[in-house]
Amino acid sequence: MLTCNEVSKLVSQSLDRRLNLVEWAGLRMHFLLCEGCRHFRKQMAFIRRACQHYPD
Amino acid sequence: MVNNQTKSSDLSAIALEEYRPYLLRYALLQLRDNALAEDAVQETLLAALESRTTFSGKSSAKTWLTGILKHKVLDIFRKQAKEAKQVTLEAELESGAGDFDSLFQPDGHWETWPQAWADPFKNLENKRFWEIFEICAKLMPANTARVFMMREFLGLSAKEICKEMQITATNCWVMLYRARMSLRLCLEQNWFGGKLERR
Repeated sequence: MLTCNEVSKLVSQSLDRRLNLVEWAGLRMHFLLCEGCRHFRKQMAFIRRACQHYPD
Repeated sequence: MVNNQTKSSDLSAIALEEYRPYLLRYALLQLRDNALAEDAVQETLLAALESRTTFSGKSSAKTWLTGILKHKVLDIFRKQAKEAKQVTLEAELESGAGDFDSLFQPDGHWETWPQAWADPFKNLENKRFWEIFEICAKLMPANTARVFMMREFLGLSAKEICKEMQITATNCWVMLYRARMSLRLCLEQNWFGGKLERR
């Protein structure tokens, strides 16, 4: 089982590279059980979208 | 033809000048240096003036100008990467190691659980949000910020960044992770959560 610390790194990397199947499965399993990391994932996605909207 | 002329005259030197403050703010966020930012904007406006007949009007003038500016910024980043001693980058990587481990307990659980950010996208219209965002972005170490800007603002892939900065893929991911963690923490403390006093 991945720890939250490991999950935070994988979530970030998922924005930069294609995760392998094991990593994906690990993340999905973790998200099922961990609300904090689900929030974290949304926050990372928000930061990316925010940067793309900066010129407006 | 007539249409084209209208568009060109729409983008007179005076009209272009109106975009200077916006472009300067954008360049400053990327470059974090007044003189460099002003040069990049000046070159952008000059390039725009010279090539304004190629402006199709399909995108907004602002988007078009930002596109030119991004290329200028990337040129500057490239120059900086060449000039910067690789030592600086390595020192930054080393000194920042474990920076965000303090957010986690020894067993890997969050020290403070990330809370939901209420309706974050509505903030994108808020001027004050962007001021905080800019302040937060400035807290990142120089090389980390450069890598982050290349990735999220200039749209380079991680692979391209590795090549430009001459770093390994792993180091690139590490720097992007730290950039995002730092930005997230700063935004949470100063905008979303207001938890400043708790830390």
